[in-house]
Parts: sequence; structure tokens; C-alpha cells
Amino acid sequence: MRKISFAVIGLYLGILSAFSQQKDTSYKNKNLKIDEVNFVTSYYHQEGDHSPVTGGIGTEKLSDYATTIELKLSKYDKKLLKHEVNFELGIDHYTSASSDKIDPNTISSASSADTRIYPSASYTITNLNKGSSIGANASFSKEFDYASIGSGLSIGKTSKNKNTDISFKVQAYLDKLLVILPVELRTNYAGSRRKDYASASRNSFSTSLGFSQVVNTRLQLALLLDLVYQDGYLGTPFHRIYFNNGSEKNENLPSTRFKIPAGIRVNYFAGDKVIFKTYYRYYKDDWGLTAHTASLEIPVKLNSFVSFSPFYRYYAQTGTRYYAPYLSHSALEAYYTTDDDLSTFNSTTIGAGLRLVPPGGLFHSKHLNMLEVRYAHYNRTDGLISNIISLNFKFK
Amino acid sequence: MKTIFKLAIALVICTISISSCTTPKQYQKMYLNDAEMELAPRKVEKFELNFQAYREGASGASSGKTGGGCGCN
Repeated sequence: MRKISFAVIGLYLGILSAFSQQKDTSYKNKNLKIDEVNFVTSYYHQEGDHSPVTGGIGTEKLSDYATTIELKLSKYDKKLLKHEVNFELGIDHYTSASSDKIDPNTISSASSADTRIYPSASYTITNLNKGSSIGANASFSKEFDYASIGSGLSIGKTSKNKNTDISFKVQAYLDKLLVILPVELRTNYAGSRRKDYASASRNSFSTSLGFSQVVNTRLQLALLLDLVYQDGYLGTPFHRIYFNNGSEKNENLPSTRFKIPAGIRVNYFAGDKVIFKTYYRYYKDDWGLTAHTASLEIPVKLNSFVSFSPFYRYYAQTGTRYYAPYLSHSALEAYYTTDDDLSTFNSTTIGAGLRLVPPGGLFHSKHLNMLEVRYAHYNRTDGLISNIISLNFKFK
Repeated sequence: MKTIFKLAIALVICTISISSCTTPKQYQKMYLNDAEMELAPRKVEKFELNFQAYREGASGASSGKTGGGCGCN
């Protein structure tokens, strides 16, 4: 954790020095310059009593600390094409009571805690005259039992009057996971190092279509459609299943999954101080899981530089056909899980955000352009409760 | 529950239909260009969307990641 803190502080200092060097650049339009830097950090904590690691019973207590730093740079070339480059580095660290039950005799990075590091980069070229853009991205993610490589391509087109946008994106993630079984189900137990476990693949391919439209001077909307296909090892190897005949195995789920989420956002500026932000999503997949998500956020501008945004989100899910609670699965079934994340439930999220954008900057720093803080309380009908608080510092 | 969602969708469609499509000029976009009017999740929501994607079966359509890099403790 101390190493992570040093890395974050180092990055922060590097960014500040980059700002100071930028001042004397005579040709900054033609060289990459820093547009903005975002530092986002959060603390998440959950409590529950249906951990799939212990077969659908037992504590789900978990805490997660997450931080990302995003650097956005841009330049214009002689043809007035805008080149945008984004770099992001993310670090998560979690502690989990249930993960410690995979192998209660071993306190290792695979059991009670783990750290995930995930750098990514993207490059976009926008033709401002034609309103078209093309982009590419690459990402990497690594934790003890999981590694992921991602890449994607995107294209976009804006209408001449800048009231309509269409975008299309393809994305692929090629993942590798270690097959860490519950300790009592391991046949060739050798230890708890990475090389002691077998590995498996999980691939995700998605296409995203976006359409946004300005309706009038106060109303705009966006329609969003994703098609997602996954194949490989889609279960979690250390989730236990206790069958109704007393036998035990680990979770087994189909090796393919096809998901279709479709959403709509509608934002309306009422009067001079209040905004209504609405979102609805319908989701369906071929595991039999369907879900509806609806949210409403109402930012209120207290003055030109401060806004307060209360929000409410409702989520209703019909679970997958492969789910059954503790001791309910038959040993004759082909696929089985006791993971409540895939069960039938409703959830509500309530919270608020505060956004400060003073004209002269924050904390006597003209580069610290914005501070946003947001808190959310999450309540699931199976008893899982969580809280998250997030901060976003924007430097310009 | 389905009835509520159907009503919500109908309400959205009615709102859009009633509002005239006036194709505003750039100088008329003071409200639309406000930072709060962005048609995407804000950066401060990033980790909130991530935990929702892990604690719920649904993800995607501009709300949480669709795959890659577990972090799914």
C-alpha cells in the first residue's frame, strides 16, 4: 500500500512539473499540450451474508480502495485535425473476508487481499471541418489471479449543425485467470504461488452503437446499444456449491454468454438552476437474466460555481436459470451457481454529489479547476448493503 | 413493475414528441453546453458504476464496463 502511495504522489508531482514546463511553449497549438488531468479516488465498503465462496452463506464483508489518474493531451496539425491522447493508470486494493475462506490455512495475496493495476491509453483524431473522428485504445489489467489485455477501435460523426452525433465502437478483452479451487477440492495441492495453479481463458467482444440528438435549446437525449459476446471460463473457480444430497463442487457456468443492454439518457435543463438527468436501461442475456435500471439525478446550481446533485437509482433483476441458494442445487444439474449477484433481486441506490468549480481555482491553485465529491448508499433485497464515497480532482 | 417501466418509456417519448425540434444554433446552446448536461456518466461515478457491474448481473449501455480485467472480488 505504501508503494502505491509513493507511485501516486510521484505521478502527481510529475503532472505538476509538466504544467510548469508548458508555460513557455511558443508553438503549443502544434505540440501536444496537457488539456486536463483527472485524479479520481474512492472508498467502497459492503456487508452481506450470502457469499458464494462459502456456498451462498457467510460474510460478504469487503473493502476496496481505488484510484485512477487520467492525463488528457491534444494538439492540432496543419490540416486542422485535432489529435487527442489519453493515458490512465488505475490501482485498486481490496480486503475481503469471504476470499479468505478459499484456503483458510493460507494468508496470501490470493486469499484475504489483492491489488489490481490497470494502465490504458487511447488516441483519437477528429476532423473538425467534417465532424468525423476515428480512435483506438489499448488497456492492460493485472491482479494475482487475473490478467487482461484489451483493445478497441471507434468512429464517430457529428452533423453539420452539431445537433446529432453517431458513434460506433468495437472492443475486445483477452483475459487469463488462475483456476484457484476451494482448498478441499484441490486434487494436486502444491502451494499458493501463481505457478501452482492451472490457468484458463476468458474473452469478451463487444460492439457499442451510440446516437445523441439535441431536441431543443434545453433538451437532449442519447440512445445506446451494446452487443456483448463472451466465451471461455465464465464462472468463478473458488465459488463453492453444496448440493442437496450433501456433495460439494465448485461453480460451473456455460462457456459462452451473449448480452444485449440497451439504454436511453434524457437530460432537461429546467429554468436557470435545475437539471433533470434521467437514464433507463433494459438488459437481457442468454443465461435467462433480464434487468431494468432507472435513475434520476437532479443537479441544482446553488450559484455559478457550486452545484448539488441528489440522485436515486432503482434496479430490478430476474436471475439466471443457473442460480439456486445454499443446499438447493441438484447434483444432476449441468450448470450451477450460488452467487447472489446472479439471483432475482431489486436494489436501490440513493446519494448526492457536490461539485465546486470556482473561477480562480481551488485551494489557492489556479490549476486545480474542479473538485467533485459523491456519496452513494446501496441496498439490495437479499440484505447486501454497501457505501461508496468518491472524489474527482480536475487539473487544467 | 413492467407497467411502471412501460409508462416511463411512454413518458420519455411523449416529452420528446411534445418538445419542438428547433435545431438550435451554437449561440443558443448555453444550457446544452453546461457541464451537468453531459450525456455520459461523470468521472466521479467511475467506481460506482464498476461496483454495480460486479454486484448486479447487468452491465453495459454506458453504465459500467462490459468485460476485461476482473477486479470482481
